[in-house]
Amino acid sequence: MKKIHLNKASRVNYATYGMVIAAYLVLQLLGNMGMLSSTMRGQLVPICAYVAMALSLNLTVGVLGDLSLGHGGFMSVGAFAGAVAAAVLPIGSDGLRLACAMLTGALFAALVGVLVGIPVLRLNGDYLAIVTLAFGQIIKSIVENLYIGMDSKGLHADFLNNTMALGEGGRMILNGPMGINGIQKISSFTAGFILVMLILVVIFHLVGSRAGRAIMALRDNRIAAESVGIPVTKYKLMAFVISAAMAGAAGTLFALGQNTITANKFDFNTSILILVFVVLGGQGKMWGSILAATFLTVLPETPAMRGLADYRMLVYAVVMILVMLATNSPAVQDFVNARFRKKKKKEGVGQ
Amino acid sequence: MLIFLNHLINGISLGSVYAIIALGYTMVYGIAKMLNFAHGDVIMVGAYICFFAVSSFSLPPLVGVLLAMVVCTALGIVIERLAYKPLRQATSLAVLITAIGVSYFLQNGAQLLWSSNIKMFPSLFSNAPIALFGGELKITMAAIATVLACVVIMLVLTWFTGRTKMGKAMRACSEDKAAAQLMGINVNATISMTFAIGSALAAIAGVLFCSAYPNLTPTTGTMPGIKAFTAAVFGGIGSIPGALLGGVLLGMIEIFASAYISTQLSNAIVFAVLIVVLLVRPTGLLGKQVREKV
Amino acid sequence: MKKFLAMLLAVVMTMGLVACGGNNQGKSPSDGGSQPSGSGAATIKIGGVGPLTGGAAIYGNAAKGGAEIAAEEINALGGLQIDLRYEDDAHDPEKSVNAYNTLKDWGMQVFLGSVTSGPGAATAAESNADHMFYLTPSASSTDVIGGVANPLTGTVDINRRDNVFQMCFVDPNQGSASAQYIKDNGLGSKIAVIYKNDDIYSTGIYNSFAAKAAELGLEIVSTTTFTTDSQTDFSVQIADAKNNGADLVYLPTYYEANALILTQANAAGYNPKYFGVDGMDGILSVKGFDTSLAEGVMLLTPFNADAEDEATKSFVKKYQEKYGDIPNQFAADAYDCVYAIYNALQGEVVSADTSASDLCDILIDNFTTMTFDGLTGESMTWADTGAVSKTPKGMYIQDGAYVGMD
Repeated sequence: MKKIHLNKASRVNYATYGMVIAAYLVLQLLGNMGMLSSTMRGQLVPICAYVAMALSLNLTVGVLGDLSLGHGGFMSVGAFAGAVAAAVLPIGSDGLRLACAMLTGALFAALVGVLVGIPVLRLNGDYLAIVTLAFGQIIKSIVENLYIGMDSKGLHADFLNNTMALGEGGRMILNGPMGINGIQKISSFTAGFILVMLILVVIFHLVGSRAGRAIMALRDNRIAAESVGIPVTKYKLMAFVISAAMAGAAGTLFALGQNTITANKFDFNTSILILVFVVLGGQGKMWGSILAATFLTVLPETPAMRGLADYRMLVYAVVMILVMLATNSPAVQDFVNARFRKKKKKEGVGQ
Repeated sequence: MLIFLNHLINGISLGSVYAIIALGYTMVYGIAKMLNFAHGDVIMVGAYICFFAVSSFSLPPLVGVLLAMVVCTALGIVIERLAYKPLRQATSLAVLITAIGVSYFLQNGAQLLWSSNIKMFPSLFSNAPIALFGGELKITMAAIATVLACVVIMLVLTWFTGRTKMGKAMRACSEDKAAAQLMGINVNATISMTFAIGSALAAIAGVLFCSAYPNLTPTTGTMPGIKAFTAAVFGGIGSIPGALLGGVLLGMIEIFASAYISTQLSNAIVFAVLIVVLLVRPTGLLGKQVREKV
Repeated sequence: MKKFLAMLLAVVMTMGLVACGGNNQGKSPSDGGSQPSGSGAATIKIGGVGPLTGGAAIYGNAAKGGAEIAAEEINALGGLQIDLRYEDDAHDPEKSVNAYNTLKDWGMQVFLGSVTSGPGAATAAESNADHMFYLTPSASSTDVIGGVANPLTGTVDINRRDNVFQMCFVDPNQGSASAQYIKDNGLGSKIAVIYKNDDIYSTGIYNSFAAKAAELGLEIVSTTTFTTDSQTDFSVQIADAKNNGADLVYLPTYYEANALILTQANAAGYNPKYFGVDGMDGILSVKGFDTSLAEGVMLLTPFNADAEDEATKSFVKKYQEKYGDIPNQFAADAYDCVYAIYNALQGEVVSADTSASDLCDILIDNFTTMTFDGLTGESMTWADTGAVSKTPKGMYIQDGAYVGMD
């Protein structure tokens, strides 16, 4: 039998695409057959958004190697910019309007990514982490005090206090701390699927490209990479901004699948939650992020967990700790290695 | 002028609460190199233990504090043994996530045990504040106690890490674990010891925090935890005097920002100042500038 | 090997999801222990959503407790049986919709709404699309019922949701009623307001209060805010009120923050008059709170746990026996919600098979025509705006107990 020779990375990439497509087709089919519960149907868009967020953060944490605790901030920028765009854009077709909104969300998030990235990327390690956390908090405070309204004369904006006098037929879109209400839900599972696939394509191409190798060289040994002439700021900023733009698009997808969004939805806890997806799924492993994001989003909503009533979140915490211990503890890794080492050796010889 | 002094005093008293929590953070980070996000929740547990000791069992406040310290130390050791120790070889991110899991666990466990209803922490100190300038300026006893406790703890910790054998072992572990092990230091035991001390500090911090701001709920520890973490980084994480300085400065910035700029934006301003400081001094105010070796 | 594992995991998970979808109809245990006991009588499934965990858990658990007591009492009567189930939303709109969907999968016929306002607006939109009757005990924002003009801009940002009704006062009514009350009774000449900027409830009341105060010519000398992240230290807010010479502090906030504000103001030697809204209720039952600090605090509240009427006394007794705490207005509102639905269904032919949509039509008709007496008010009526009409009771605190102001 003739074997198509693909290197390991490509095989993983194609398997990841395959996994996403298969999951989409199966869920779509089940949805059409009416076999999905309301809970599950309601979660399809958020799952896609969280998967996209996890992939985007994995680019920063896994590929670029910088810990970010403020990724929720980019999601927030994308969510609010996208939702405002969707409310304002005079486009009839929902799909087109969603696409334009996502693009707006991604653009705004990328812009903030540049602003945040330039100072942040000069720092290292935990100091970088705390500055991203700080930016996340600042973004939250700003959105919380922002008022945007629209009337026949166009868009109006205000900061801190709402002193807008909207004319006849006007309405508030973003209402400060009350956020955006009465969003028209135009996000769909298909849109989410397309976004996740697009993000995968971008990430895999980036990682396989010259730029990607430069970024990973910076991650593995910055000094060595610098010494061979790789421009640190350029590549770091590039990865960071792409990651921010993806988070922005994911934020728009999320926002337009909700009835209402407020600034505190995208707080420190959300940033942490997304980081949990990435670490649980494995840094740099995109398929891992997809599985972890799906698993941890669905888990607390399963009937089994809901049935635990008061103990639900306690059990969730225990599951989280146990999974981390199981995937990272040397005892478990030794066991796995002992079990599969033979096979790995053979593979090594084959290559 | 009086108003300014008033804000200054309030800022220092808020800041010293942050500082006392930050001391625990910085201690654990310095030695174990992990961000212990569950620290804030250990504070909450300490406060609850003291609350029940004092209001339900009518024990004297000092006994309540000691009891809280004993329970938190035990809790810290158990958490360390079960959740962090198996991950000694894993990446720091893996431990970070486990710590977040522990934090969720403690919060939800506390809610199941003690319900989500708010409890007002009893005032352990005399209610009568010290009045200056004919009563225009008031300093509460809780604030004075917090500042004093903060300084004492900082001095004791500095002495402990600088002079005692155990403390020196801790510093050795923080510099280079492998080398420390070669010198015959039991690295595992040292790290466990650090957690025990950190948790005992958390208990004291919990009691003092709740004496100053008496609302006690299962989520009481979360926000002070994040703020104290910020304070620790601000002062240079791992540095004991840095934690004190960072905490006090953070508290003062927060109070002054809300007093003179905007209560709505005070949090944003605190974090903006943090960013500026870190850009100028990338390892915090008193943090060690570590040269990278090739 | 890893890819294979990954694929396997994916398949297993997908199957797991489907399985979840397939077999959870009516199987999940009732959360509350209020299983129907009567045989032969019709049973309807009522669901509710609220924060049972997290920072706002206090409100959700209170509402759940109140609703459970009502359901138990009704089930003991032997007539129409109520199967009540509460789900957790951790005060998050997204999770609130998940919880609502879980209840739909369970077969919920009538929805007790979300307990808090932000999530309430989200579930209100969902239930509106499903035509599911929605009666919230405590989500008081105008965004929940819709169709109310924004007091700042005069614009109607959300259209009226015809299936949504509130048991609590809608926020703007409280704000303007407070301003009116302060004006009419000459309670203060210089007013300070401290409100929670990132909270829909608090901001909503503040906005209408400020608008009404301007109209009535009340002088507001200090307006300061706080957020969830900064609700520990109130020294700046208190100092601002004090230095501007405010003799009345208006607190459109919940009691857990109010308890702190009162304590800290006292420590700072500032003792003005305080005026609160229904969120102030509960401050006297905070464990460990020095109630002497609340002496003279005025508030508008629909419920008073110290009231002497039989209904309140029996409710408070049952609640204390079951949960060990004194019920607050959330519990009372939720208790009333269950009874209001029960009353509205009296004389109607309903069963476990009646669709949520049909029940919704029946309930909308009956709610807009009936009069209801409950713990939180007598002769309550609902207009088709969804807002309840009941008189807020002006109360003040004397010797650690509420006393009617009139």
